[in-house]
Amino acid sequence: MSWNRKHLLDIESLSAEEILTVLDTARAFKAVGERAIKKVPALRGKTVVNLFVEPSTRTRISFELAEQRLSADIINFSAEASSFKKGETLKDTARNLEALNADFIVIRHSASGAPHFLSRVVNASIINAGDGAHEHPTQALLDTFTIREKKGRIAGLNVTILGDILYSRVARSDIWALTKLGAKVTLCGPSTLVPKTFEQMGCRVTHDIADAIREADIINLLRIQHERQRKTMFPGIGEYTTLFGLNKARLALCKPDALIMHPGPINRGVEIDSDIADSGRSVILEQVTNGLAVRMAALFLLNGGKGPQEIAP
Amino acid sequence: MPETISILNAAAIQRALTRIAHEIAERNDESREVVLIGIPKVGDVLAQRLSVVLAQIWQHPVPVGILDVTMHRDDLDQLMAPHVHPTVIPFDVTGKTVVLVDDVLFSGRTTRAAMDALNDFGRPRRIQLAVLVDRGHRELPIKADFVGKNVPTAFKEGIRVRLQEDGAAADEVILNRP
Repeated sequence: MSWNRKHLLDIESLSAEEILTVLDTARAFKAVGERAIKKVPALRGKTVVNLFVEPSTRTRISFELAEQRLSADIINFSAEASSFKKGETLKDTARNLEALNADFIVIRHSASGAPHFLSRVVNASIINAGDGAHEHPTQALLDTFTIREKKGRIAGLNVTILGDILYSRVARSDIWALTKLGAKVTLCGPSTLVPKTFEQMGCRVTHDIADAIREADIINLLRIQHERQRKTMFPGIGEYTTLFGLNKARLALCKPDALIMHPGPINRGVEIDSDIADSGRSVILEQVTNGLAVRMAALFLLNGGKGPQEIAP
Repeated sequence: MPETISILNAAAIQRALTRIAHEIAERNDESREVVLIGIPKVGDVLAQRLSVVLAQIWQHPVPVGILDVTMHRDDLDQLMAPHVHPTVIPFDVTGKTVVLVDDVLFSGRTTRAAMDALNDFGRPRRIQLAVLVDRGHRELPIKADFVGKNVPTAFKEGIRVRLQEDGAAADEVILNRP
C-alpha cells in the first residue's frame, strides 16, 4: 500500500504502485455499493465542493454520489449558475470556497492545468475531474479497474484506443495508466486525430483499424469531441463511421474474448454499432458502476495522512 | 534498547482459543443463533479457528463472517492509506448473537467502529466480544466478554499476533518494547 498524496491532479505523476493502491481500495468500495445500506461514514464532517466550470453530467453525478456515500457534505458549483458569469476569476472563486473551509475541491475545467493551478493557491485537496485535453485521472482509474476485474491482470494485455486521441484527456490518462501498468497500447483513428507524436508516450500508432483490433484484448472507443474540434480535422461523421466505426464485420476480426469499452456518452451508429453497444462484449455500464467505486476510493485515500503516522491496532 | 518478547506460542494460542470457544458455548444456550464475525487482518482467522472448535462442541457448523471496520474508524484523516479489506457476511445478522473476534483489544476504538459497521448489516440480538489479548489502555467504555490472555503493557509498546494463515512460520504473539 502506497499513498501519501494530497491531490489527484493527473496520472502522469503517479507510480504504478500508487495506481494499484487506488484500484485495490476501490474493490472494497465497490462491495459497499452492493450492500443494502450503501453509505459509510468515512468522510463525515468533511466538505466537498464540486466545481464544474465545464459542463458535465455523468462525471459530476458519479462524484456527487461517491461523496454522498462517504457521508461528506457537498456544495455544487456550475459554470452556468455561478459568479463565473459575473467575471470572477478561478483564483477568487477558489479563495472564496476556501474561506468556507472546503476540504476537497473536485474541478472540471476547459483549461488544461486548471487543477494544478488551484492546488497551488488553496489548501484544500484538489481532484481533477477533467481539464481541457490534458487528463481525466479518475476515468483512467476506472478503466484500469474494469480491465483488471474482467481480465485478472493488466500487464501484457493489448489495449487499443480508437478514435479522437488528439483532443481526448481520457486517452492521455488511459495511456499513462496502461503503460505504467505494463499493457501494450495501440492508438488508432484518422491521422489528423492520431498523430505519430503519440509514439513518444510508448504507444503504437496505426491508421488501419483491422491492424489495430485484430490482436486487441480490450478495445476502448472514444467519442469524436465535436466541442473541441475544428471542422477541418476530417471530412465528416459518415466517413469516420465507414473507416473507423466498430461494426459487426470488424468485430468478427477481433479475438472472441475482446472487451469493448467506452467512457460515454456513446454516439450510437457513429463510433459503435448499436447492437454491439448492447451486447455482452460491452462493459460500458460496468464502467459506470466502477467509476463510483474508484471515485470513493480516491476521496478516501486523499482524506488520510493528516496525523502522526502510527497505526493503532 | 528495543526488544521483542514472545508472550504466547502456538500451543498457548490454540489452548486460549479452545478455552474461549468453551466459554462462548457456556454463555450461549441457543447455539444455532450464534455467528462469529472476525475483524481483519487477524481476527477473521481467529474467528475461523474458533468456528472449528465450536462446531465440535455443538455438533453443527457455526457461520463465520469478515467485517472490515476501516471506513468506520474515527481517525481516518490521520492515517496514511489505510488498507481496506473486503467485508464478507454471507448471512443475516438480524436477531443473531454476534461474537466479534479481534486479535488485540487496546483503545476500544476498533470495537466501537465494528459495532457501528455492523449496524449497516442488520440488528443483532446481542453482540459479544472475544479477543486473544487484552492489553489495557481503554479510551472508550468497552470490555471484552472472552479474553485469551490479559497482558499489562506500556502505552508505547506494541503487540503483534502472527498466524500461519497469514504466512508466519509459526503462530506467535509478541510484544515489541521500543
